Amino acid sequence: MNPRSGSVIEFVDVHYRVDAGRALLAKLNLAVSSGETLMLLGRSGSGKTTSLKLINRLLVPSEGEVRVDGTSTAQWDLIRLRRHVGYAIQEVGLFPHYTVEQNVAVIPKLEKWSRERVSSRVDEVLQIVGLPSREFAKRYPDQLSGGQKQRVGLARALAANPPILLMDEPFGALDPITRAEIQREFKELQQRLGKTIIFVTHDVAEALLLGTRIALLESGKLHGIYTPREFVESKDDHIKPYMDAFRVGQQILQA
Amino acid sequence: MLEFFVRHRREIATLTGEHLWLVSVSMALAIAIGVPLGILLTRRPGWKAVVLGTNNVIQTIPSLALFGLLLPLPWLGVRADRLTIAALTLYALLPIVRNTYVGISGVDAPVREAAVGMGMTSGDLLRHIELPLAAPVILAGVRVSTVITIGVATIAAAIGAGGLGEFIFRGLAMVDNHVILAGAIPAALMALLADFALGLVQRFVQRRAH
Repeated sequence: MNPRSGSVIEFVDVHYRVDAGRALLAKLNLAVSSGETLMLLGRSGSGKTTSLKLINRLLVPSEGEVRVDGTSTAQWDLIRLRRHVGYAIQEVGLFPHYTVEQNVAVIPKLEKWSRERVSSRVDEVLQIVGLPSREFAKRYPDQLSGGQKQRVGLARALAANPPILLMDEPFGALDPITRAEIQREFKELQQRLGKTIIFVTHDVAEALLLGTRIALLESGKLHGIYTPREFVESKDDHIKPYMDAFRVGQQILQA
Repeated sequence: MLEFFVRHRREIATLTGEHLWLVSVSMALAIAIGVPLGILLTRRPGWKAVVLGTNNVIQTIPSLALFGLLLPLPWLGVRADRLTIAALTLYALLPIVRNTYVGISGVDAPVREAAVGMGMTSGDLLRHIELPLAAPVILAGVRVSTVITIGVATIAAAIGAGGLGEFIFRGLAMVDNHVILAGAIPAALMALLADFALGLVQRFVQRRAH
């Protein structure tokens, strides 16, 4: 039962069923090592988001266990666990009555950081996500574009400096140009910040661009884990459709 | 008419004061009970049918009958003002409970998910997110309740609890419209003023919670 050394997150025989007994996830085994970015790739309903929510215990496994830093999430203090793990979602969920600054400062404040520490950290993370404090700190979410909201969401997730980051299609709702821009920046950030990241996506290009490894999920089962190179070169029948879709996109570009 | 008001200004002032007191105490109680009850419903949705159902039933009891029904109760029935306040509080409850529940339930799901996912406790969520965002809706409920209560409080005079209803009942007995209006006009003005003032508060809160 010892955690494999270096795995920050582990799924051990995890099943997740909804009340009626329908399985959304079956016998998932997965280990994520420190500093890597694991992409959870799959179609809608494949169990990507479910897997993600099992990590911060927004969902509780029906069977098996999820371990974070070697400890089952059932043994973690729930609030400590969630503050140990940053969380960014597609809809962002910015607090509409708070300014950008207040949104980002939420968890540091709840953690009772000193006022100076909070405000310097807010400036720092806003800088990291490319929104200079001077211009954006006092704005409300409804005064931001979609891309800017997403950046604030990321800054908020980074604010208390959690070693783990969970991201659920954070760039999914952005226009293609903004998405490409934000993906590029995010790639640089990954190297700079050294976080362990679990990233849900249905976009093959995004998975190949950002992932150190790609976990392919199909109707609640893990089909396999691949490096981007393995994924591109694979002859697997399940991977082919993804690569075909990806290549069609590229051919259109080259034509 | 005007002359009548001037002549009775003392009594009008006294009864307006009584009326205001009955309404204020009842509203304070209704808010103190209604908001927590509404919050409770968001945490225990199973209780919704029972609580809102009971409240609905109370609303359908005619006010005079409700006074009568509460009369035999030991501590309440002894004094007319207690009885009135209890009845007014019961009437004022429903819009507050319902709006608190609706306001909090109306907080966007992603907002709630983000808050919980990033490690807010249930109390943090309530204090920092749900209540501030629901405040305009809760206040709308308080506003409706207040206006209703100011109206219903005129019936309190029927059981001798005072208030502007005194004039109305006296006027009815004397078949004197001047006397009726001496109760009805200040009550109507009070309702309008309260509605206007709470409307301002609501707009202020709304701007902050936009």
